[in-house]
Amino acid sequence: MLDQDTICAVSTPPGEGGIGIIRISGNDAVAVASKVFKPRADKQLTPEESHTIHYGHVMDPATGDVVDEALMTVMKSPATYTREDVVEINCHGGMIPLRRTMELLIAAGARQAEPGEFTKRAFLNGRIDLVQAEAVMDIIRSRTELSHRAANEQLLGGLSSEVAALRDRLLSALASVEAGIDFPEEDIETDTGRLLAEDLAELLSGVEKLLSSFIYGRILRDGFATAIVGRPNVGKSSLLNALLKQDRAIVTPVPGTTRDVIEEYLNVGGMLLRIVDTAGIRETHDMVEQEGVRRSLGAIENADVVLVVLDGSEPIHESDYRVLDAVKEKKGIVIVNKSDLPRTLERPDVQAPIIAVSCRTGEGLDDLKHAILEMIQQGAVAARDHAWAVNQRHRTALEQAKASLQKASESVTGGLSPEFIAVDLRGALDSLGLIIGATYTEDILERIFNDFCIGK
Amino acid sequence: MTFQKKYDVIVIGAGHAGCEAALAAARMGCSTLMLTMNLDSIAVMSCNPAIGGLAKGHLVKEIDALGGEMGNVIDRTGIQFRILNRSKGPAVRGTRAQADKQKYRLAMKEVVEKQQGLDVKQGLVERVVVEDGKVIGVETNIGVQYQGSAVIITTGTFLKGLIHIGLVQYPSGRAGEFPSEKLSDSLRELGFAIGRLKTGTPARLNGRTIDFSKMSMQPGDDPPPFFSFTEKGHPLRQVPCYLTYTNERTHELIRGNLDRSPLYGGVIKGVGPRYCPSIEDKVMRFADRDRHQVFLEPEGLDTEEYYANGVSTSLPYDVQEKMLRSINGLEEVEIMRSGYAIEYDFAPPTQIRHSLETKRIEGLYFAGQINGTSGYEEAAAQGLMAGINAALKIQEREHLVLARSESYIGVLIDDLVTRGTLEPYRMFTSRAEYRLILREDNADLRLRQKGRDIGLVDDAAWDVFTRKMQSIEQEMARLRTTRVKPGSAVNEMLEARGTTAIVEGTSLEQLLKRPELGYGDIVTLAAPSEPLAPEAAEQIEIQIQYEGFIQRQLDQVERFSSLEGKKIPLDMDYAAIPGLTTEVRQKLMDVQPASIGQASRISGVTPAAISLLIVAMERKKRGKVAG
Repeated sequence: MLDQDTICAVSTPPGEGGIGIIRISGNDAVAVASKVFKPRADKQLTPEESHTIHYGHVMDPATGDVVDEALMTVMKSPATYTREDVVEINCHGGMIPLRRTMELLIAAGARQAEPGEFTKRAFLNGRIDLVQAEAVMDIIRSRTELSHRAANEQLLGGLSSEVAALRDRLLSALASVEAGIDFPEEDIETDTGRLLAEDLAELLSGVEKLLSSFIYGRILRDGFATAIVGRPNVGKSSLLNALLKQDRAIVTPVPGTTRDVIEEYLNVGGMLLRIVDTAGIRETHDMVEQEGVRRSLGAIENADVVLVVLDGSEPIHESDYRVLDAVKEKKGIVIVNKSDLPRTLERPDVQAPIIAVSCRTGEGLDDLKHAILEMIQQGAVAARDHAWAVNQRHRTALEQAKASLQKASESVTGGLSPEFIAVDLRGALDSLGLIIGATYTEDILERIFNDFCIGK
Repeated sequence: MTFQKKYDVIVIGAGHAGCEAALAAARMGCSTLMLTMNLDSIAVMSCNPAIGGLAKGHLVKEIDALGGEMGNVIDRTGIQFRILNRSKGPAVRGTRAQADKQKYRLAMKEVVEKQQGLDVKQGLVERVVVEDGKVIGVETNIGVQYQGSAVIITTGTFLKGLIHIGLVQYPSGRAGEFPSEKLSDSLRELGFAIGRLKTGTPARLNGRTIDFSKMSMQPGDDPPPFFSFTEKGHPLRQVPCYLTYTNERTHELIRGNLDRSPLYGGVIKGVGPRYCPSIEDKVMRFADRDRHQVFLEPEGLDTEEYYANGVSTSLPYDVQEKMLRSINGLEEVEIMRSGYAIEYDFAPPTQIRHSLETKRIEGLYFAGQINGTSGYEEAAAQGLMAGINAALKIQEREHLVLARSESYIGVLIDDLVTRGTLEPYRMFTSRAEYRLILREDNADLRLRQKGRDIGLVDDAAWDVFTRKMQSIEQEMARLRTTRVKPGSAVNEMLEARGTTAIVEGTSLEQLLKRPELGYGDIVTLAAPSEPLAPEAAEQIEIQIQYEGFIQRQLDQVERFSSLEGKKIPLDMDYAAIPGLTTEVRQKLMDVQPASIGQASRISGVTPAAISLLIVAMERKKRGKVAG
């Protein structure tokens, strides 16, 4: 955490702009960027010269898929913002390619920068004058507060205790390996071979489970999965079109990634909403009622936000109830459509907010957006930037822990001597330690002496 | 009276730390005095008759590489040599020797007595004499004052030593010897914090009364592996150790007599080591274990005494005897010396700097158990470094501080001065974060040059080293550039070793990277013009075969080096840094870390606090430039 590794961050403000810039700084900035940036075919990327711009594509080195068309600016130390090697990648495709590029850079060895970290480095490397030192101090101080608050939040969410439990198991496995190294003559049974391999497999699946449970990560990468549901002909399609007309998010489809359905994106007050099952919404005219409801129920299952559309001009229908029931557990908003027509629908008996809308005239759409925003803000993602930082940091740490555990497993399978296994177990322990507190040798020794009867 | 001669360096104590300190200072050209309470107790092994082992063997080799004495003496007086963890990788193999205790002591006595520039005298030091915050000498119990520019205290367990056997207790520095009652008071008066630790030792048994036929025999390696990089030992007769076990009856006896244990009765206040628990501790803490190992080590060739490793105890004499006689093979055993626990004063080591000089008194150095450590090797390593640094200071040269990334000695001292210790500190390989590059086999590659630079490595040793380096270099180059073509002879050998045949020209280096092959296999394909010394061949094999892991650790070292390189000025005003918590501020003020790297290792000092510290340092630096 303290060593001078290479950091990266999106340095343009969040939201939809023409381009987005990712800044990378550190000794390995050029090397890391080169792993994910492929220059035009005829150009070899050996940007020895400073302050040069290169045209090419951001590519997933694992699959070769193109993520975005991009420009890469290489600025060598010391004439840069941080006085380290700095690379900037200008992406053109909006939010998703930016997120995707960040992921690739992190996979390639960079680390998500902490808030204020570029500025901090600029200061520490003597780039910024003393007047700005106060600002840096403030950033660092607020960062501790922020991470403190974040830690508390995560604690409530249970992440901390789950990571602590994993770290505890890992510590036991490591203590066992270490005891076998440092006390070869003791009459103790230490964890080696198959037993250790099983331990590591369980630890690995524990880390993977935590990773997969990161709803924030998914939301911030893909937007809030939003389902527009209801029986056929209530106006789902009109609602989508009305919203898209006002707030369509320009999201270039990500080439090479496979998505089952065509997706649409909405930018509601800075929040990205991804409309799931747009096919289902648009095909309702031809669909039998049963099939429409079945699709709706499926969409609800995978959604963060559910918009239930009812037809205000008709009495409530039995299948309306089925959809409303399914939304009870979800964050839902009931939209009574066709408010321009005489209302015959009785008020449904639900907890969710009810908004009257006319897709034809646009009446009530602002109320709806307001309700969506309010719901999101009350819910999982209370403070967006905050959650992003915490989440991304944890995720990076967990990814590192996972990689270390995989390497350790390979060493076990390969029959390597325990000190080589220990290197990666320590790496994993350090990574988990980043989430919940530092790692010290003393913890390992403590565990050895607690678990094993050592001492001649 | 004041002794007529004025010394550069005075060493108090002649144990493992004291001997190395005195020899280093004298060999570096300082006029040196070593004072001991008893000239017949020079380099006595107070506890078990062995030197080395995991991490401790590493320390001995590092001491040897720097030009210390311990390796030479044990090579000449060892009666069994073994490499522990031979089946594991090279970084965690540890050499250990059983010593003939008396021969070891006498051999070291001879070395120190014959050392030019070193006076060895008997005397009980009671006071450190200080003037204006600087040490100027010491005073003994019979009123003799010795003057010296530097004083190194290496008093082991002697400061207010208190022995416990059952509920009986009496002042003693080690079984059968007087304690030093007044010196730690003198240190207290000078303002040092003094704490209390505890350690223990098992009974010594008469070999004539042991039935070895009921035990398993453990011989040493043949040929014996030595410690010294230079001298090839002429070993004494080699003898085995023996292994037996406690049983339920032993444990019952212990449980039934805990009320007579000073440990369990709360009589002992000092903190004992977790890694070296007494047998009563083991029985109570690991109640599910139905047996514990007892390892019988010969104390020498000319004695019947055996050291009963594994049953350290402070139980009363009668219980000790009954308990031992319940053990297989010890039914008729006669105790020659009983086991005991000993409490002693120590000075919490956050009071010293990396040079081992105290922060409080200029010219005063602490080394060995006074710093809270345990073990002959840990003591010798500190003694050597204290002697070196006292001499360097007198010569107005820069202190020698070894990094954590280059030596176990560096890890040891950095741990002590940064984190202090709550129990007697022992070295383990798991304490070294760069374990894979801190191996016994490369201790000379890591430290010989440094030993030479400070003047402790003589021409003969240096010559051996440079020749070894040259042959490694030449052979590495040859392995890189020599290619073998696929052919039946080559591929038959490869297949016989269980590795795949080659289909194109392949360098010897690439072949040696294959885990199935050793250096011995490679030279059958193309031999060097002159055969390599085994140490050089081993080095080449390790460097090539473990290159990947070694490189990863070197990368880690590199990443952390910028923090280690950020030096914190001695006059840093921690009180003036806004934003630090009271706890962190107090810790920084106590430890006075030398670098940002060290500060980050202090427990409780958070990354955020480190950031604040870096900013404050930068501001201070620029403030100075501006003003």
